[in-house]
Amino acid sequence: MSEKRMLILASGDNVGVLLEDAQQGDVAVSGDVRVPCLEDIKFCHKIALDDLPKHTYFIKYGEIIGYALRDIKRGEWVHTHNLDDVRGREGML
Amino acid sequence: MDHILGYRRPNGTFGVRNHIAVIPSVFCANHTAKMVASQVQGAIAFPHPDGCGQHGKDLQQTINTLAGIGRNPNFGAVLVVGLGCERIHADSLAALIAESGKPVQYLNIQEMGGTLKAIEAGVKIVRDFAFQLSQQQRELFPVSELILGLKCGGTDATSGIAANPALGLAVDKIVAQGGTAFLSELAELLGTEHIMERRSETPEVYQRIKQELSHCEDVLERMTKDYVRTSEQAALVTPGNFEGGVSSVSEKALGGIHKSGSSKFVGVLDYAEQPAKKGLFLMAAAGGDSDIATSLVAGGAQIIAFTTGRGTPTGFPGVPVLKITGNSNTYHNMEDDLDFNAGQVIDGTLTLEQAGEGIYQEILAIGSGKPTKAEVTGHDELFAIGRYECY
Repeated sequence: MSEKRMLILASGDNVGVLLEDAQQGDVAVSGDVRVPCLEDIKFCHKIALDDLPKHTYFIKYGEIIGYALRDIKRGEWVHTHNLDDVRGREGML
Repeated sequence: MDHILGYRRPNGTFGVRNHIAVIPSVFCANHTAKMVASQVQGAIAFPHPDGCGQHGKDLQQTINTLAGIGRNPNFGAVLVVGLGCERIHADSLAALIAESGKPVQYLNIQEMGGTLKAIEAGVKIVRDFAFQLSQQQRELFPVSELILGLKCGGTDATSGIAANPALGLAVDKIVAQGGTAFLSELAELLGTEHIMERRSETPEVYQRIKQELSHCEDVLERMTKDYVRTSEQAALVTPGNFEGGVSSVSEKALGGIHKSGSSKFVGVLDYAEQPAKKGLFLMAAAGGDSDIATSLVAGGAQIIAFTTGRGTPTGFPGVPVLKITGNSNTYHNMEDDLDFNAGQVIDGTLTLEQAGEGIYQEILAIGSGKPTKAEVTGHDELFAIGRYECY
């Protein structure tokens, strides 16, 4: 287990960005915020900062970037497998 | 006020390069234009697949684009090469370009009596232009006369957290001094309407921005509605974007909008339209990197600042394209193609403000004659005329 640098772009964000590759068991750290990585998360990919129920909006830059397709646990990797966009989707606008 | 050493043009603006453009009015003249340009140092041909067989708004967009490329101040003189029977006549295209006051001539292959005679006549014209332009020295111009085009491509999540915010600071500095910048890439602004509203100088500007974004989304819907949805959910996010940690078009948009800094948008420009005033504009251009870069140049951008997380080597003929990455790994991997490493912000070796100042100084240096990596290696693939209906 080791500490990995994380960036939280705006206060109120519920996802952080890993600034280095993290492995399951590492801790993502940004100031006082420490989140255990529940799985491997690559450089620049996102980690959930809180438990987020299905359909919760993901917030980054203080803005909505998509919503949760299922319940998300704090420390989970957030990407296209569990996030869907609200805009610009093929044939489903 | 900061200054750039550039080449004076008759309409008061300046070029950061001093090339001669050889522009075919129609694809039939491509080969002749290329042969002419290849015979004279500093001449650049702009071959394209259009100029005939187009109609209405699509044809008009091609005319506007070719005229805008010719008027771009990086070109000190222009030769238009036509065939003679095409929709876009060489003489009328030359007249549109001549409105900028620069030396412009045209010739038609059919009138000249074929390819070889047209090449000979064209080379003589372009050679005389070259002698004329060679007499020019660079002079100091205020940054207020600069138009900077903004672009990103090969985005990863570092673009949104390092490269774009740093470029935004440089753009703020240019706009604060009365300079001009073009943000574009409409499809990549979907999801940022509320931010664009805050940043529009007037309600009219925001209305127009909203219209353009909604048109873009409509076209996208039409183009994709019968198309089987793949696991990669958004049409506008590439596999490389996903791999790099960008999960949605909204996320990509939020990262992308940072590159325009924090100034207010003073207006919206059509594809290839030249602005009537200074300041930050949204240019309503959509499509790929080349369609958009071409619109920026036709609108008058002397330099393009291009952020890339994954690393892209492309360049535009006669217009420096400054490559900025927010990813140090990419920078070290592709140093031959990338000009500035804003990834130092993520590494903790530069503050965002220092990176912004570094990019700004690089823009001044490149404007004053320092070649970009893409120019040194000879990249010129970004010229492509966009279609009217695009997303």
